[in-house]
Amino acid sequence: MNLVTPDFGLLFWMVVIFGIVFFLLAKFGFPIITDMVDKRSAKIAQSLKDADEIQARMAAWKVEQARMLEEARKEQSAILKEATETKARIVADAKAQAKEEADKILAEARVQIEAEKQSALADVRREVALLSVQVAEKVLRGELSDDGNQRAFIDKLVDEANQVPLNS
Amino acid sequence: MIGPMLISLVLLATTAGGDTLSSASLRDPVRANAPERVSPPTSSVILSDSEESEENIDIASIIFEHIGDEYEWHITQWKGKPIAIPLPCIVIDNGVHVFTAHHAAENGYAFNENGKLINAASGERPLDLSITKNVLALMMSSLLLLVIILLTARWYREHDALEEAPTGLAAAMEPLVMMVHNMARENIGEADYRKYSPYLCMAFLWILFNNFLGILPFFPGGANLTGNIAITLVLALCTFFTVNLTGTRHYYKDIFAPDVPVFLKPIMPVIEVFSALMKPVSLTIRLFANMLAGHIMILSMVCIIFIVAKYGPLLSGGMTVISVLFGVFLDALECLVAFIQAYVFTMLSSIYIGLARVHEE
Repeated sequence: MNLVTPDFGLLFWMVVIFGIVFFLLAKFGFPIITDMVDKRSAKIAQSLKDADEIQARMAAWKVEQARMLEEARKEQSAILKEATETKARIVADAKAQAKEEADKILAEARVQIEAEKQSALADVRREVALLSVQVAEKVLRGELSDDGNQRAFIDKLVDEANQVPLNS
Repeated sequence: MIGPMLISLVLLATTAGGDTLSSASLRDPVRANAPERVSPPTSSVILSDSEESEENIDIASIIFEHIGDEYEWHITQWKGKPIAIPLPCIVIDNGVHVFTAHHAAENGYAFNENGKLINAASGERPLDLSITKNVLALMMSSLLLLVIILLTARWYREHDALEEAPTGLAAAMEPLVMMVHNMARENIGEADYRKYSPYLCMAFLWILFNNFLGILPFFPGGANLTGNIAITLVLALCTFFTVNLTGTRHYYKDIFAPDVPVFLKPIMPVIEVFSALMKPVSLTIRLFANMLAGHIMILSMVCIIFIVAKYGPLLSGGMTVISVLFGVFLDALECLVAFIQAYVFTMLSSIYIGLARVHEE
């Protein structure tokens, strides 16, 4: 029957046309498309793998970061503690040193003052002794210028001398 | 060619039951489908039939004319005149003769009962390389496929597919191409599937395109290419030669010297060779029969409208509705079959190739 007997003309043209189109497409068509898409698939797969890796690394980093933070905090508190201690020590030292210094100065000052005072007292005493001698001289000179007075004075002195034991 | 039929079918459906289903509206589509008077006597049988009695429609002739081949492409009937694309008949018979079907007689050729060119004097069939309706459809669909795939390839050449998502044509064709490419990878194996992938892509897309163009009822579709045994035979032979010319040594060893008990040794090669030869036959028949049957079913559904037209408005109206519903169903089914058959052909081809690429374990 007509339907199931292949027609030679159509067979011929099919071979020719299918052959030409296949040749062109196999050379310039399909490989370009499939290669590009394969490359893209490979890239996507690679990207996914990379992303996984990065995620894992990120997680590791996070742990590391937390650890470092904790360490830093510990160190900070240690440093702070040390600083406080140092401060206290320095202040104490300074205080002690200052006190010592002050004591020394005070003691020196006191010694000096004492010396000054002593020298001043000595001066005053000497002045007073001189003055009293001079005053006594002058008084005695005035009073003993004549005989009567000399006599009276002697008497008075004798009296006084007599009276002293009574009074004392 | 189903086009005018479908249109009048819809019209009939909307006016179903009316008296318009008279011979006037009936005759028109029938003429549209029956070959015109000047055309080669493919149709002489039908012609005489429809002249004898307008009411008796030769359904078989109508259907076979649709699924067969012609020396011109009849598109439709317009105001009683056929609109057809004349195609060159090329005959090699003591030299090359080129003429149109109208002028066959002047060149000393006639048509046999199957509508094929024969030498009028000797009655012999010459070497006939005519550009028939199917050949033209073959050229157009192949050109369409070529252009579409080259444009798609151009997109990939001009764009960086690693950075951009495909757009337009590339986005439409990529899934189809990659589906076949991945099928090839699965069935043939990682080692050498790249060599075969272009052929499988080509076979799949070519069959798919022609299946859908065949369902399309109007020009440039409507030619029954994948339902033609010559076409499917060439496709199957392509697979056959691909399989058997690139088979591994192990494949041939399995055929001619398989590891079987001694008493089977003489029998196995016979069976294996026979099975290898049957593979292309089954590929040929499967695609051919499926597509042919689909076309025949749809055409039969449409023809029911015209068969029942003479039985009065009530019956013909009811039948029209039914056949329209079935026609829609069958068209949808054919779209599915068009894809499935293309897929099955490609899948089996890739499996056959994969079987011939076996390596010694």
